[in-house]
Amino acid sequence: MSISWLDDFRQQAQSQFEQTGFPSNRLEDWRYTNVSAIAKKEFPLAKIENSPVFEGSKGGTAFHFVLVDGFFNAGLSNLPKSITVCSINDALKNHAGLLQSKFNQAITQTHGFIDFNTANFTDGLFIHIAENEVLDKPLQIIHVATQEAILPTRHVVILEKNAKATLIETFSSSEGNAYLTNSVAEIFVGENADLTLYKVQQESETAYHFGGTYVQQADNARFTHHNFALGSVLARSDIVCDLATAAECELNGLYLGSQKQHLDNFTRINHLQPNGISREFYKGILTDQAKGVFQGRIVVAENAQKIDSKMNNRNLLLSNEAEIDTKPQLEIYADDVKCAHGVTVGQLDEKSIFYLQSRGIDEATAKHILTFAFANEMVDKITVPSLRESVFNLLLARFPEGAER
Amino acid sequence: MLKIKNLTVNVGTKEILKGLNLEVNAGEIHAIMGPNGAGKSTLSHVLSGKSGYEVTGGSITYNDKNLLEMPAEIRAREGVFLAFQYPVEIAGVTNVYLLKAALNAVRKHNGLSEVDAMDFLTLVKAKTKALDMDEKFLYRAVNEGFSGGEKKRNEILQMAMLEPQLCILDETDSGLDIDALRIVADGVNALRSENRAFIMVTHYQRLLDYIKPDFVHVLADGKIVKSGGAELALELEEKGYGWLEQA
Repeated sequence: MSISWLDDFRQQAQSQFEQTGFPSNRLEDWRYTNVSAIAKKEFPLAKIENSPVFEGSKGGTAFHFVLVDGFFNAGLSNLPKSITVCSINDALKNHAGLLQSKFNQAITQTHGFIDFNTANFTDGLFIHIAENEVLDKPLQIIHVATQEAILPTRHVVILEKNAKATLIETFSSSEGNAYLTNSVAEIFVGENADLTLYKVQQESETAYHFGGTYVQQADNARFTHHNFALGSVLARSDIVCDLATAAECELNGLYLGSQKQHLDNFTRINHLQPNGISREFYKGILTDQAKGVFQGRIVVAENAQKIDSKMNNRNLLLSNEAEIDTKPQLEIYADDVKCAHGVTVGQLDEKSIFYLQSRGIDEATAKHILTFAFANEMVDKITVPSLRESVFNLLLARFPEGAER
Repeated sequence: MLKIKNLTVNVGTKEILKGLNLEVNAGEIHAIMGPNGAGKSTLSHVLSGKSGYEVTGGSITYNDKNLLEMPAEIRAREGVFLAFQYPVEIAGVTNVYLLKAALNAVRKHNGLSEVDAMDFLTLVKAKTKALDMDEKFLYRAVNEGFSGGEKKRNEILQMAMLEPQLCILDETDSGLDIDALRIVADGVNALRSENRAFIMVTHYQRLLDYIKPDFVHVLADGKIVKSGGAELALELEEKGYGWLEQA
């Protein structure tokens, strides 16, 4: 199917991508992350096929939207009837006007992964929640990878005035599968609307992951994001939020790197108008030769007075070879704002380890308990009970006996 | 139960304990008193297996085993318990989880099965009540935001749950008001038994008004310089430590 307006976007993005390729680490926003290994892999584009689907693709939630290798699978999905939700390919047919008016509008600054996505996305989620409508149960977007390929997906999420929803996005694959997830979401949170988005990235240990979330928040709109970066050998997450007057944004994150994992978390909060509130809290635990990156940037525009913003990044380095590059940045052009940021990098507290040992707990378990506790602060923020339990169990698998089941 | 013979301990290059001898039998309560810097806390820490202390000579046997060869957690599982002078705050770990994990570690070591969840709750709630602690403390992070008195009570709660054989109380009275001191002392007294021994390390005689020792030892300059009965503590209260150091 060829749609002329989309073809224009695709062609433009394709020619841009042909010029730049995936981002070079000579670019400031990419200086800690070298993605050259991805281009060398020369993954083909994913094809639609009847791939076997394993257990992980079944959703634990009432509503789920399943993408197998980047293609919507209606048979595995269960979608709410009360709102407009369908694949982006269906939306191109049935909601063309609305989609066209929003497509590519949340992305204010592009790079190679986004261009590649625009040029090549195979499918994705389209969701439109009308004014005053509330999606009362969470909708889970389930990505399942079975092919050794590039899986580009594109979502467009639109919440009109006073609408409310919770989305959960999970990425998983069969063990040992090598592929590139390339997922871009454009999100429009209307006036006084409220969206919570959870992302649980547990790609295979040989997978590459790029996930970009670009959010436009209207006046008084609330956006809450919880980002769990657990899997993949090399993962980059982008979250960019543009806030209008009195909009509120909360970004929470947890990255757990082991072996040779490289987990990059790039966030940017743009306060474009006055009276906005933003809270950002990211925690990282890195062991073995793993490397973590936190780049948090909060920009307050010249006329955006009375902004209240806090950013905090805390890291645990559990081995001598683990590494964290952390760069919190405040860029403030207004003069009447309340902004703060803090960073810590440290190891487990020796006194705490000894205290647990003195109660009969062996050193390895003591370390798991303390590490689990550090991470669990982020898991505790999950308000969907079934999701909290499943992330809790993922954490427990990494740090056995770190907490009571 | 415990035999310390001619123990010498260094911290860095400095000798802190300089030939300490002490024998503690089941059922006894020993008070170790002495001026600041005498080595009281060093003794508690060495008994509990804290790192950072170099034992340069002498021996410690506990139930006929070489205590110094055991890592801290094995000592705890074998029944040695240190009530900390400064209990550690542990964010994100609930009191109830620590108690259960500790109890199960001790039980496993002694060939017992894991404690039943319901039995555990019944037990821990009873012990909490006995120490006049709100049940809410069980579900709070270990010692986090606790007052000085609450922290010390929490130490005694852990002790009551683990039922150790050798209890070492390191300056347990420090930072306690009279009411808290009484509650803590009642908790300790309730645990007195013919199978259990206590070593109370304290600077002041105050605690001994509430927990009556069988023996009082004066630790000065890394050695026990005088031993006696409970009356020695009163003499120290009256005369201070100066007369002993000069002797």
